Amino acid sequence: MRRIFSLSSGALFGLGLLISGMVDTSRVQGWLDTFGDWDPTLAFVLGGAILPMAIAWRISEKRQAPLSGGTFPARPTQKITPDLALGSMIFGAGWGLAGLCPGPSFAALSFGGWEGLLFVGSMIVGMLLAVPAKRTRLGMA
Amino acid sequence: MVEQSYIYGLVGGLIIGVGGAIYLLGNGRIMGASGVIGGLVDGSGRSDWRDRALFIAGLIAAPWLALTIIGAEAETNITSNPSVLIAAGILVGFGARLANGCTSGHGVCGISRLSLRGIAATAFYLLAGGVSVLLFKHVLGVI
Repeated sequence: MRRIFSLSSGALFGLGLLISGMVDTSRVQGWLDTFGDWDPTLAFVLGGAILPMAIAWRISEKRQAPLSGGTFPARPTQKITPDLALGSMIFGAGWGLAGLCPGPSFAALSFGGWEGLLFVGSMIVGMLLAVPAKRTRLGMA
Repeated sequence: MVEQSYIYGLVGGLIIGVGGAIYLLGNGRIMGASGVIGGLVDGSGRSDWRDRALFIAGLIAAPWLALTIIGAEAETNITSNPSVLIAAGILVGFGARLANGCTSGHGVCGISRLSLRGIAATAFYLLAGGVSVLLFKHVLGVI
């Protein structure tokens, strides 16, 4: 069951990203471009995605365990750490620069050409660079 | 038509949310793209690599399959500037892992749980994204 859940969840995520137009970098940049020709589509995507997720969180509170066993994710600390703030700002800067984030960059891999591949390759390098950064100074908080 | 994109956005968003709901209620995991991918990249998610690999397989295959079946092409409007792609990719990968989440984990899954961290992260990356587009598009003109 776990495997079916994983595969179908990823498939729906990819389909949703395609249908919503979030694989189109100009839509994402259009949303962030408040000084240009502003495109509010992303707000509809985020709002639409939050709705079923909010219901799912409610259901998870009433259930003992996930359908395939194990436990539900514990509520994380509500601390706003320097890592969270700094990391999110660095992420946001790159997101605005190319109009891509991790989900859509993978959803677009089959049709994004060498450009999409180069972005994903660079993103993986960035992910690896974050490992020592978290362990040293930045990881203190 | 501009309004049509809102409807596609809403429908696509609902489908994304159902995907996240299945991942949570089925597997007890938070559907965060940078977390699922990052755990495979740095080996921290070795114990459930199969779940992660299958999720990623679905994520890549479903759009490809859908486009093949309907015989359409998706617009990405992705830049062909290698420097921009490399810089943006590194920033996105590094930042998302440092912050422990991106638009899906902090945005979709965090906000829907009314997580203060998710809401704060979203505010930070929206702000930085807006400044980034302002700077690179309107001031420097590189994108």
